[in-house]
Amino acid sequence: MGESQESVSRSQEVEAALALWEIVHAAFPDAVSALDENPFMPFFEVQQTERWREIALFLRDDPKLRCNYMACLSGVDYPEEGKLGIVCNLESVGVHAHKIAVKVYCDREDGVIPSVARVWKTADWHEREAFDMYGMTFSGHPDLRRILCPEDWTGYPLRKDYVVQESYHGIKVPN
Amino acid sequence: MQELGKAEHTSIRVTPQGENRVIVEKDLSSEEMILNMGPQHPSTHGVLRLECKTDGEVVIEAEPYLGYLHRCFEKHAEMVDYPGIVPFVDRMDYLASMNNDFAYCIAVEKLLDIEIPRRVEFMRVIVSEINRIASHLVAIGTYAIDLGAFTPFLFCFRDREHMLNLLEWTSGARMLYNYILIGGVAYDFPKDFARRTLEFVKYFRPKALELQKLLTENEIFVKRTKGVGMMPADVAINYGWSGPMLRGSGVEWDLRRVDGYSVYPELDFKVCVPDGKFSDIGDSLSRHVVRALEIEESLNIIEQCLDKMPEEEGFDPRSAIPKRIRPKAGEVYGRAENPRGELGFYIISDGKSTKPLRCKARSSCFVNLSAMKELSLGQLIPDLVAIIGSIDIVLGEVDR
Repeated sequence: MGESQESVSRSQEVEAALALWEIVHAAFPDAVSALDENPFMPFFEVQQTERWREIALFLRDDPKLRCNYMACLSGVDYPEEGKLGIVCNLESVGVHAHKIAVKVYCDREDGVIPSVARVWKTADWHEREAFDMYGMTFSGHPDLRRILCPEDWTGYPLRKDYVVQESYHGIKVPN
Repeated sequence: MQELGKAEHTSIRVTPQGENRVIVEKDLSSEEMILNMGPQHPSTHGVLRLECKTDGEVVIEAEPYLGYLHRCFEKHAEMVDYPGIVPFVDRMDYLASMNNDFAYCIAVEKLLDIEIPRRVEFMRVIVSEINRIASHLVAIGTYAIDLGAFTPFLFCFRDREHMLNLLEWTSGARMLYNYILIGGVAYDFPKDFARRTLEFVKYFRPKALELQKLLTENEIFVKRTKGVGMMPADVAINYGWSGPMLRGSGVEWDLRRVDGYSVYPELDFKVCVPDGKFSDIGDSLSRHVVRALEIEESLNIIEQCLDKMPEEEGFDPRSAIPKRIRPKAGEVYGRAENPRGELGFYIISDGKSTKPLRCKARSSCFVNLSAMKELSLGQLIPDLVAIIGSIDIVLGEVDR
């Protein structure tokens, strides 16, 4: 396969994302940032976190968007900005051929992000994982518990300032 | 008020699908019982615990508990450099290590923006398709064991051994290969690899058919799986299902076709979906049928690749591997079609370090398993085993 062919398909991906973003931006002009034309993962940011669920529903249900498939939801820690965030990779399966990523931020301490577990059922476990690893709360989540770590684990392991607890139930935690 | 022990209670429960699936229980006092299945249960395929709320034989709700095999992959990934992550990735889905490496390398190579030699691309596709067959054979064999058929398991593992031998010959390891590296592969194919692989393909085609006859056309097997664990297509998409699970629900979605990564656009293969004649679309049997059909397609892909692969004397498969892997600042979501579905890696690089700032693995089994609670509603306990088996989980990948 020629490299040129691949770069064409990449720009197509960005173009499709741009068209998608324009529709979202028209509907939520204040809540949505400009599109970042990252060639591998074009994304936009949600600037009003409390409107995330509304935007998510729009992304899923608008006939021109139909992002019915959430490929991934990853929690991220941004220690410099004092923020935590999630990155959602959305895609339209079987309807349109476009995909886009959405970033949502919250405060590092007691941060709250609206849950989209009822919009995409797959977000249920992904959000539990993000909560488990980063400690942000997903408001409206049906069952927000730790999923990979034990229930009584202290701290949020993937935060950059995480310090491993010394012992767990009398067992020394190896470094 | 009723006297104790003389509860007059008649209940008729109809599980969602099928004509034969009416359960009548008479004069039984009905109360809920919690039944723990696992973590050490043979049919949970590893260390998965299901907390089942049951009423008699009927499961009201089954809640999966994970984390028994959590090895902090994402935390480790932030502590080692990019090439050092490959062995960790191997150990996620230990039945399909090649495919895992492939997905991870695709993600990092996107970030690095490097070109891969054409021969290497073919080599990668060949080894990952061999590994896909091996993985599907384990899935089919263990599924048969779950449902009480022992012989197919032996057949599957006998043939899988040939594939593991081929991969061992190429990479030096039987299961955890560390073979596909960022920018290349570890070694060139040994001399005669193509001939031996073609011999294997020729040997295996009739065996795959035999397996099909032995299992997919087995009446007991069909009775146990047909109409069990139904999942409509739209719900499956909403649950983020991918791979054979999603195709079992009749959605033609295969990343090899959709994303067209590596040399897959040049190859002629079918995206397998059930036709609905043999199984009800979306049931456990469909998912099994999709896996069986995919084995055939993988064999076709291997043949085509061996045919098209450019031969080069003294080829160095490590020639394109960068000396120092330090990607530009940026982020990427790279993914590939694994035997179990979409394996994606979300990687953030800060541009200064040789270690990723964040490396999230989107595990296909984790996502597929999240529908367990819904699939188990109103099923019988033996059917629960049939459903878990059809999801084909590898707990190493679920828990990471």
